[in-house]
Amino acid sequence: MVTLRINNKSHTVDVSSDMPLLWVLRDLLGMTGTKFGCGVALCGACTVHLDGIPRRACVTPVGTAIGHAITTIEVVGATPVGKKVQQAWLDLEVVQCGYCQSGQIMAAAALLAKIPAPTDTDIDQAMSGNICRCGTYTRIREAIKHAAQTPSTVKRRG
Amino acid sequence: MDRVSRREFLIAGAATGGGLLLGWYLDARPRVVAAAAKATSSAFVPNAFIRIGRDGRVTMIMGQVEMGQGAYTSMPMLLAEELEVGLDQVQLEHAPPDDKLYGNPIFGFQATGGSTSVKGLYEPLRRAGAAARSMLVAAAAQAWNVDAVSCRAQKGVVTHTPTGRTLAYGALADKAAKLPLPTQVTLKDPKDFKLIGTPAKRLDTPAKVNGTAQFGIDVRLPGMKIATVTASPVLGGQVAGLDDSKAKAIKGVRQIVRLAEAVAVVADHMWAAKQGLAALAIRWDEGPNATLSTADIVQGLAAAAQTPGVVARKEGDAARAIAGAPKRIEAVYEAPFLAHVAMEPMNCTVHVRPDGCEVWTGSQVLSRVRATAAEVTGLPLEKVVVHNYLLGGGFGRRLEVDYVTQAVRIAKQVDGPVKVIWTREEDVQHDVYRPYYYDRIAAGLDPRGQPIAWTHRLVGPSIFARWAPPAFKDGLDGDALDGAVQLLYDIPAIQVEYVRHEEPVLNTGFWRGVGVTHNTFVIESFIDELAAAAKEDPVAYRRALLGKSPRARAVLDLAAQAAGWDQPLPAGHGRGVALMYSRWDTYVAQVAEVAVSESGDVRVHRIVCAVDCGTVVNPDTVKAQIEGGVVFGIGGALYGEVTLKNGRVEQSNFNNVRVLRINETPAIEVHLVRNGEPPGGIGEPGTAVTAPALANALFAATGKRIRKLPLVHQLRSA
Repeated sequence: MVTLRINNKSHTVDVSSDMPLLWVLRDLLGMTGTKFGCGVALCGACTVHLDGIPRRACVTPVGTAIGHAITTIEVVGATPVGKKVQQAWLDLEVVQCGYCQSGQIMAAAALLAKIPAPTDTDIDQAMSGNICRCGTYTRIREAIKHAAQTPSTVKRRG
Repeated sequence: MDRVSRREFLIAGAATGGGLLLGWYLDARPRVVAAAAKATSSAFVPNAFIRIGRDGRVTMIMGQVEMGQGAYTSMPMLLAEELEVGLDQVQLEHAPPDDKLYGNPIFGFQATGGSTSVKGLYEPLRRAGAAARSMLVAAAAQAWNVDAVSCRAQKGVVTHTPTGRTLAYGALADKAAKLPLPTQVTLKDPKDFKLIGTPAKRLDTPAKVNGTAQFGIDVRLPGMKIATVTASPVLGGQVAGLDDSKAKAIKGVRQIVRLAEAVAVVADHMWAAKQGLAALAIRWDEGPNATLSTADIVQGLAAAAQTPGVVARKEGDAARAIAGAPKRIEAVYEAPFLAHVAMEPMNCTVHVRPDGCEVWTGSQVLSRVRATAAEVTGLPLEKVVVHNYLLGGGFGRRLEVDYVTQAVRIAKQVDGPVKVIWTREEDVQHDVYRPYYYDRIAAGLDPRGQPIAWTHRLVGPSIFARWAPPAFKDGLDGDALDGAVQLLYDIPAIQVEYVRHEEPVLNTGFWRGVGVTHNTFVIESFIDELAAAAKEDPVAYRRALLGKSPRARAVLDLAAQAAGWDQPLPAGHGRGVALMYSRWDTYVAQVAEVAVSESGDVRVHRIVCAVDCGTVVNPDTVKAQIEGGVVFGIGGALYGEVTLKNGRVEQSNFNNVRVLRINETPAIEVHLVRNGEPPGGIGEPGTAVTAPALANALFAATGKRIRKLPLVHQLRSA
């Protein structure tokens, strides 16, 4: 049995501690916003936060996530930085197919939480592990800068 | 006035019986909801694309699928423009498979691809919207006992202009449903457009930034199992023996399914399935391909290139003119096999019961999904229900149904629903690859270096012959030849030939840009060679040959001007230009600026595109498609390559399938030419125009002419 703190809720699952967090989220808990892309931490589609730090869920054994606060795309909008990243994505019309965007948004939110006004180099370093086959990179870069310039609000919709 | 085709007025009632569909209820807080589509709850169903309820809810049924290209916004824009509703008033629903109701006018069956959606549906969807609106207006006029001419519709409300009386569409739905379908409709004058041509926010985006958007891989059903699969690593091989004892011992593994050429592990979750797959001991009968490598395939293509092809275009006697020309230039160009690697790995969920089959997946060809499920199960078509989902990338990969066929074969052996997910490795090694093409091209030049004759013989498989047999006619594949036969340069003698040569091992299919991506690389690289031979500026050389193509010349001029073509560049940098035109009826010119380090590393600094796609529906989506197409094109041109060794694909995951990442992505500028010409395709041109612009920029930077993709590998070995 493994007990995890995911999006401020406790979940207990009957799995071995080496099962990747990705499949616990998707297949056992039904939280499908976190995506499978490569399985070996090469594409970033499965990015979640552990205590605010971006992690690739596909190579994160659940055992190592015990005791850490796990945040996924489903609730990242409840944080001020996550909310403004999502809004920037909408304002700049970043998204195409959208499959990689959960991971992109999680990576961008973690970047902005750490570096509120990132340079292009900061963006390259934080985001180069996230592949987008639709090629939305130029808009992702602009949206991160746009979000960085947006004052944070904690107002939540819905 | 436009005649209304019968197809547009087939009642959608039967078609909406497909079951669970998704709708985007666009109120102040857009959210994705799952809703069972019930035609019965809608009072007014004038055609297959529109339903209006008594509550005023307007539902648009999307026959084209959404894979990132913006169809779920551009298609509603076409309908809403003439229906006179705001985009914020509509909800969307995936259409079920139905070639009659939702056939793509360009393909003749239900398909989303080939940059055809706006081009093919620009008029049909507007007519559908206009017809529905005219019935609603007629219903209001009847209610008020006034002339319909004195009424106008706007934002889902009909107003009697002289008196200011109003009736909302919901209140008119029952009455409109009793009116006869109009035989003719009047479409708006484009100058009156409110939506078409204005930047609209995409309707599918809100759900895609908060994790609620549902792709095929996100399907969850009661009792559903998860399976993953491995097909013979040697293409064409078969399972000869299987020891699954270790796999069965893994917790969560429920069943091993053996097919002739593959083995699947069915489990409670993907982790158990993956572990089970790794624990299988499979003995493969490798079959006849076990020693084949890419070089063998290229040898076959090169031999075929020595034989005459079927002539696709002939003006003058090009061969004779070249033989007699003061100067002649010949070249061979090659383009490798390419994988799609859409971000959403291939997947399909299937539940086979004795009396029916349900399929949940994202596909560009829904009716083919249904057909293959019927064929594999032996059930009649009407017993197969297909639920379509958002596609996590298409790029041509989901124009194939191989993964559906396989999933149904697996599901036939499983009790209950099973979701079959391919690993990324399986996706890379069992793709339906962009073909390897081999081109021989030649030109004769006059004493001033101007081309007097052009011959182009392209060699490769016919995707159409397999995928849409009627489209393969008289030995010609219009896709393989696309872009090559439309050569816009004014050259007195032109001959374009096609030699069909099927790849012996790999399955080949469409890859973003299709034939045009390959042909544009060849012809735009070669015209650059001619310019260099003539010691002329590449833009000026092209420009002089475009006297009969003013739209092409205009985009060339615009791209050159916007890119600062005449401005000096630092050492090691180079600019290249390319022009693209094809059956998509879109003109694109691109200027690429690259820098090459001493070690041969290539950095793309800037891409400028000038685009004339005629009438623009959603300008922001047009720009986004060009930007994304360019990124796809850069990755493919610089690094893209799938190779075969001993019958096995050598690549496996993103470590050796190199795609472009954000740190390598240049600034991309898109300049749109706006005019009233018919709309052209936009999903693929950005990809097609990129490889030659980069190759020409590398030539400008290094003096090396690269005639074989991918560019970076060749640059290093040149």
